Amino acid sequence: MAAPILVADKITKRFGDFTAVDSLSMSIQPGEILGLLGVNGAGKTTAMNMLLGLLIPTEGSIQVFGKDLTKHRVEILKQTNFCSAYTNLPSNLRVWQNLHVFAKLYGVKNWRQRMDELLELMEIPHLKDRVTGHLSAGESTRLHLCKSLLNNPRLLMMDEPTASLDPDMADKVRKAIRHVQREHGISVLYTSHNMRDVEEVCDRVVFLHKGKILTEGTPDDIKRHFAEESLENVFIRVARSGDMVPMGAAVEDAEEAEAKAHAVAETGAEAEATTRAPGRKEGDASSS
Amino acid sequence: MINFGVIHALVLRYLYLFTRTPIRLIELLFWPIVQLLVWGYLTTYLQRNTDAEFSGFITFLIGAVIFWDVLFRSQQAVAIYFLEDVWTRNVLNVFVAPIRTVEYLGATFTVGIMRTALTVTILSLISYGLYHFNILSLHWALFPFVFNLLLFGWSLGMISTALIVRWGPAAETLAWATPFLIQPFACVFYPLSELPAWMQWISASLPATHVFEGMRAILKTGELPVTNLVWAFGLNAAYMAGAGWLFGHVLKVARIKGLLTKFASQ
Repeated sequence: MAAPILVADKITKRFGDFTAVDSLSMSIQPGEILGLLGVNGAGKTTAMNMLLGLLIPTEGSIQVFGKDLTKHRVEILKQTNFCSAYTNLPSNLRVWQNLHVFAKLYGVKNWRQRMDELLELMEIPHLKDRVTGHLSAGESTRLHLCKSLLNNPRLLMMDEPTASLDPDMADKVRKAIRHVQREHGISVLYTSHNMRDVEEVCDRVVFLHKGKILTEGTPDDIKRHFAEESLENVFIRVARSGDMVPMGAAVEDAEEAEAKAHAVAETGAEAEATTRAPGRKEGDASSS
Repeated sequence: MINFGVIHALVLRYLYLFTRTPIRLIELLFWPIVQLLVWGYLTTYLQRNTDAEFSGFITFLIGAVIFWDVLFRSQQAVAIYFLEDVWTRNVLNVFVAPIRTVEYLGATFTVGIMRTALTVTILSLISYGLYHFNILSLHWALFPFVFNLLLFGWSLGMISTALIVRWGPAAETLAWATPFLIQPFACVFYPLSELPAWMQWISASLPATHVFEGMRAILKTGELPVTNLVWAFGLNAAYMAGAGWLFGHVLKVARIKGLLTKFASQ
């Protein structure tokens, strides 16, 4: 097995008395798309910020490409990139001007050719001369993707890239991410609140809750673990109960769990599914 | 090792802002020209109403306006560059890019030189045309004086940016206020000897004071005050070292406390 692209070893982040991330250990394999899931406040953004070098962990260490992130930050950042729905590129620059600046920042040779390839890939070559601030949300997201792929990164961090997109555009973006990952074998760390995104895009998922790993595995593993028919149900269940289900906890037979979930879904009593699913604590107040 | 390609990219971003929004030239030229007109006509009025000896010397007021602008523009270049990224929610994109602190500062210093060169050239031409004040009458001393003001402006820029990063966007006003906080002590328009003793101590610790004192000395006597230059260079070395350390330290604190990411969510 090839060496992991990224290894986080027991990273903890405390802000005063509050622990945002608690002894998190995870790794990303070459060519893998790893989803980082969790309800609001679970610690995913804090974890991603530490992996990007924007935050220094209180404890623990991060190795990227086999090098310590704190000591080799610039060297590592040359081979990574970042795409977020919550940042903008300078709105008063034209699309090509923004891509030119970031291509130079990442030391991209033949930036014009690379820019044209990426604009084609994202189906926005006609926007090259447009002012960035005049783009729609979907266009802006695709421009961000172009920016994040300029340097052919070995590791790409994506923070809710499809947030605020309509279903059609979100589908296009998901396909583009999959395409790029297949073509170039890049590793991706992906956060999203859109569980369809995660099921479609991610090879493996780490589910964070209160700063700790609640469970991890393929999307199917996670569903089986919680005996839910969709990741969305898992998400809702965790959000509403705050249950801490230990990793590797025994689950009912997958088929039985699936049948149970279907039966519940058919009666329309979705919330009921959470009370019956295995791994649930008996008598949890929030389940009523 | 410094990557000049990164500095070039960051400077390019600033230049692109001007190609897209030429109205920004107003900020670069309008206020300095207004200041020059106000102080220039005050100077001509005073020239007509004072004795002959002082009326020739009083043109230092025009020189002071131009020199003050050097300091102000170079401080602004550092502080506003960071705020541009805050205003456009581009902070995270910049700070996850492979940029060293020294390269980031190098870009802001370069922008400062460009801004200063443009405004000083235009102000010098206007002051010569309207008031017959020739900045070249300072001879070769002009260059070390301007260089010292650039250095001090960069130091103030690093200090004000560090405080903005530390205290958040609420402290944005420091980007404009910092130079004016030190202006009364910098002896821009009056000699050091006019200040009360307690203020003189503070003033003497500012490199700008020695530049303005030196400029007045040249215009009055025609001789270069070497002592003023030595003081200015010495103090600037200390200010640059201190401000550079503060800037680097605050960025480290920002990475510990999550201050940079807070800017992204404003």
